[in-house]
Amino acid sequence: MDVSTSAVALPPRRRQDKVRFQVSSVGWLLPAIALLAVLFIVPVVYAIFLAFTNLQLLGPHAQSFQFTGTANLSRMFGDSVFWHSLFLTAIFVVASGIVAQTVFGFALALLMQRALPPLRLGIGAIVILAWVLPEISAAFIWYAAGQAGGAISLLTRSPNTNYLSTSAMLIVCIANAWRNTAFSMLVFSAGLRNVPEEVNEAAQLEGAGYWRRLFSVTIPIMRPTIFTNLLLITLATLSDFTLIFAMTQGGPGNDTAILPVYSYIEAFQFNELGYGTAIALALIVLGGLFSLLYVRHLRPELNK
Amino acid sequence: MSASTEQAPLTPPIAVKPPSPSPNRYKRLTAGTVSANGLLIVLGAAFLVPLLWLVFASFDKTATASLRLPNLSLIHYKHELTGTNLKPFWNSFYIAAVSTIVTTVVALFAGYALSRRHIPFKRTFMLVVLFMSGLPVTILLVPTYQLFVRFNWLDSKFYTSLFIAATSLPFAIWLIKNFIDQVPIELEEAAQIDGAGNFTTMTRVVVPLALPGIIATSMITFIGAWGAFVIPLVLDSNPADTPGSIAIYQFLTANGQVNFGDLAAYSILFAIPVIAIYLLVSRKLSGAFTFAGGIKT
Repeated sequence: MDVSTSAVALPPRRRQDKVRFQVSSVGWLLPAIALLAVLFIVPVVYAIFLAFTNLQLLGPHAQSFQFTGTANLSRMFGDSVFWHSLFLTAIFVVASGIVAQTVFGFALALLMQRALPPLRLGIGAIVILAWVLPEISAAFIWYAAGQAGGAISLLTRSPNTNYLSTSAMLIVCIANAWRNTAFSMLVFSAGLRNVPEEVNEAAQLEGAGYWRRLFSVTIPIMRPTIFTNLLLITLATLSDFTLIFAMTQGGPGNDTAILPVYSYIEAFQFNELGYGTAIALALIVLGGLFSLLYVRHLRPELNK
Repeated sequence: MSASTEQAPLTPPIAVKPPSPSPNRYKRLTAGTVSANGLLIVLGAAFLVPLLWLVFASFDKTATASLRLPNLSLIHYKHELTGTNLKPFWNSFYIAAVSTIVTTVVALFAGYALSRRHIPFKRTFMLVVLFMSGLPVTILLVPTYQLFVRFNWLDSKFYTSLFIAATSLPFAIWLIKNFIDQVPIELEEAAQIDGAGNFTTMTRVVVPLALPGIIATSMITFIGAWGAFVIPLVLDSNPADTPGSIAIYQFLTANGQVNFGDLAAYSILFAIPVIAIYLLVSRKLSGAFTFAGGIKT
């Protein structure tokens, strides 16, 4: 706090400028703490417990469920569908999230810098519209695009192929990238504006070409933005449910059942609430590992 | 200026001058800008085609999954705007409105205290809140379902909305705290010297000054709750409470042929409120983006 703004002469001993804890602050925070405790923290803690039980939605273990130790874990390790789901999650996060959204988002942000104003405004609006659209509407659009006779089959000149049954994972990856690239584009556009012009000019005076300046100047300067964005994309892609579930319900077979979808299917369609929660817990662990990885890469910048 | 561009003859020269802040300034036409604009058009077309299909199909009397010029007709909109098809919109509105009001009010109180008061472990608290805002909702589904069974809250629009409010609260607290941080504290001190109590200071000084940020936060919450899908799917299976998102899902997975035209019109109608809200807040959203990229500081 700035003491100089106060006109009152302060006694030298007892510092009046130090903000102290006021009991009334508890009252201000109480609604938030109560709501988060009952409907967020308690469920999370309860989930960690339920993940180690045999709770079912219906059947013998619906009421009298019990702690089963690592039974769910060993079941998970022996469950080929789980490993398949983990593999699909990795593909979804890496291909549709990290690679596609970073590359297209960055490309769009760079191209926008050199674009004619009408193009920049128009295409910016289109890309953002895809992102603002409710997820369920996007799911419907890409459901139709993947049908026999839909846009994708017209593009590949095989109008009788239903791509949602032959290569469903590819379609949901495209759909997710299409929907979420706008976020990266906006983050990178803001990041590019923060790259000091002088540094680029200096590199240009030294004779560096466009690509050299991009990879040796712009991208290194934007490293923190890129990693922050990677973290946000990863967490968002990991937890995506609506888009895939509405398009394919995890099918055909289990070929698009990424972890959130598989968790839902086990819990609410196969009635295995305990096992479904264990899968969701595996998802959290995965998200935590990814976050640690990014935070380690961000550490040098954070400590500056 | 021009001398420096000539030093790099192998690459397309680009304007060395810093880009003018005026958006109306056309760049010089060079090989680089031409190919950049060409590539942008190709990328833009890839983003446009799916949207175009949705709009065409909604006006096409005999719409199919294919992209083609519509056989113009308003019949799909007529279908969707009459009868019981509008009930899910009302349910979506109810869920979005209740959770937005709860989230905004609660986040406002918490954000004010976190911004202005000395609170022990504030940093830890904010980190926990940040962690919660990144947590997949999937982990909450089963325990919350159990909780709702226990308290007999299943199939209730109100409690479902309350849960959606809780899930959107962490992000809202982050946003509102950051917006209040930007309001100069001197005005509050002046109000307090004039005898205003805590609550008066809040309602008369903080809320009006942070209003754009508060509105932006509430609209972001509204957009999220309007499209909520998995939470009502699990917690409220009462057919009378079906929100628009689940109605579309049911049309999509119903047995028999999907009526692409009707569903396209319905999807567009369902998207209109969200798009309108986005247009209203997009300027204020830039604040949220400095937040998104702001971890570097």
